[in-house]
Amino acid sequence: MRKYRTVFMVALADRLVYRVDFFVSTFLMFIPIVTTVLLWRAIYSGAGGENIGGLNYSDMVSYYLLVMVVRAFGSMPRLASTVASDIRDGELRKYLLQPISYLGYQGTLRLAHKIIYFIMAAAPYALVFWICRRFLPAWPDGGTLCLCVVSLVLAGAIGFFINALIGLLGFWFLEIASFLHLFMTVQYFLSGHMFPLALLPASVRTVISYLPFAYETYYPTLVLLQRTEMASAVEVIGVQAVWVTVLAIVTRVAWSRGLRRYAAFGG
Amino acid sequence: MSGIKVRHLVKVYRVHEKPHGLRASVRSLFRRTYKQVRAVDGISFDIEPGEMVGFLGPNGAGKTTTLKILSGLIYPTTGTAEVLGFVPWQRRNAYRRQFSLLMGQKNQLWWDLPASESFRLHQAIYGIEERQFARVCGELTALLKVTDLVNQPVRELSLGERMKMELIAALLHSPRVLFLDEPTIGLDVVAQSNIRRCLRDYNRDNQVTIVLTSHYMRDIEALCDRVLVINHGRLIHDGPLSDIVSRFATSKLLTLRFLDGVWPAGLESFGEVVTANPPMVTLRVPREAIARTTAQFLQEFDVADINVEEPPIEEVIGQMFAASPAPHNETRDA
Repeated sequence: MRKYRTVFMVALADRLVYRVDFFVSTFLMFIPIVTTVLLWRAIYSGAGGENIGGLNYSDMVSYYLLVMVVRAFGSMPRLASTVASDIRDGELRKYLLQPISYLGYQGTLRLAHKIIYFIMAAAPYALVFWICRRFLPAWPDGGTLCLCVVSLVLAGAIGFFINALIGLLGFWFLEIASFLHLFMTVQYFLSGHMFPLALLPASVRTVISYLPFAYETYYPTLVLLQRTEMASAVEVIGVQAVWVTVLAIVTRVAWSRGLRRYAAFGG
Repeated sequence: MSGIKVRHLVKVYRVHEKPHGLRASVRSLFRRTYKQVRAVDGISFDIEPGEMVGFLGPNGAGKTTTLKILSGLIYPTTGTAEVLGFVPWQRRNAYRRQFSLLMGQKNQLWWDLPASESFRLHQAIYGIEERQFARVCGELTALLKVTDLVNQPVRELSLGERMKMELIAALLHSPRVLFLDEPTIGLDVVAQSNIRRCLRDYNRDNQVTIVLTSHYMRDIEALCDRVLVINHGRLIHDGPLSDIVSRFATSKLLTLRFLDGVWPAGLESFGEVVTANPPMVTLRVPREAIARTTAQFLQEFDVADINVEEPPIEEVIGQMFAASPAPHNETRDA
């Protein structure tokens, strides 16, 4: 375990080299949300200020704000492309030579990146949330807060394994860029990042609920929104835990199969 | 004590043949043709612990493939290999803690961080004790004269400095076997000789087994008592470097200096004229004719000085590669 702790510390130091870039990108992240909110304001005023899919205007704004928080846990920027390019360019070999697990290493790296990100982004987030405070639900009590944190961490794990799996496709395909692009688009829609899944017909929602994507964004966001009438927080966490387990197993199988192929073909 | 044991090692790569032209490209979408390339073709050898062995061969001869198999990066198609009693491609942690593969064209260090941070990371990954770490790190940085540079980000270092850091990283866990693939590529002469000296001292003091490939004959000459020459995936020589010349050189170089700069006609009949700077002339004379030719010169001409030399080793090896026939090692299937 000590080795992963050191990887973590070194990754922290590495990230701090780019702190200005971090700060700027955090602020830039909030720009698309402004346009989304303005769009929904227009939609709501067109609809006569009534509920759409059980959500009123302020629910909608708080949904998008909290999606940002959930994405901060679940999104794994460049993880899939890094894994794929490590495979393609032979960078993977340095991890195969050393007594360390590649995915364990990547996971530790992401953890370090996330923690640096939360520290850097805390101030901008606090500012934006303070400005929008009238839209947001009341600050949760201790128990709910714990559930929120667990759900967010599981969302992070789901995001990690999904992205790692996409990256591992690099063992079978030389170039995964177009596949990755397609996947991002589909995920944007299916995870509820684009709009709350409550707006979709029940039949479509049922199908989506059998896929892991919604448990990476939509359901954790509902937990944060404390909209337990839509899904009980404990139930969401239970399904998330199942998905983490399933994805971890699939990732492990894909890793060892892919490695055999990689090793057999060279690299 | 076990070193390295390789028996009948074969590695066949299946390579997709990309045809030229649009029509052929479209056809290959439906029906791909593959080429089987025998990169390593039945190699066997033993290396004793503490030996320093050089792999010599032209590009694509199978040197790097062999090193990759021995370090467990790829599986062989058939054949067996054992290093320190381990089967490399099982990639046991116990094995991975005991060897290093250093590739001159690849880097292991974190680009944006000082080398010292990467060393710390190695310390943790390999579970190196603090005292040993401090000692090895101090010794190696002093030996390679880079003590002042370990706290500079790696991206700011020159190629030679970076390579030295890579070498230190590869040695930190005191590996018992060291595989070096072109460790001095792209370095200037001074840096090359520093790295060579470090490797020689390290081998002497620690009794590590070192297997090295290099394009620079100087590396091999300076370091390796024994060379394995590989061409077209086959072992064509296993023994001291000097044996190569006596075994494979077909000619010797005869340099003559003529009195008063007299330039006898018909020199070409004795052998190929390599250089001719009056009053000196160098001829390439077939090995079996050297004694006769020398005697003839001394009798017939006014020779001031005469010198018989072996041809340069690079040349002999070049001839050797050209002479060893390419076996039919590519087959096609659809």
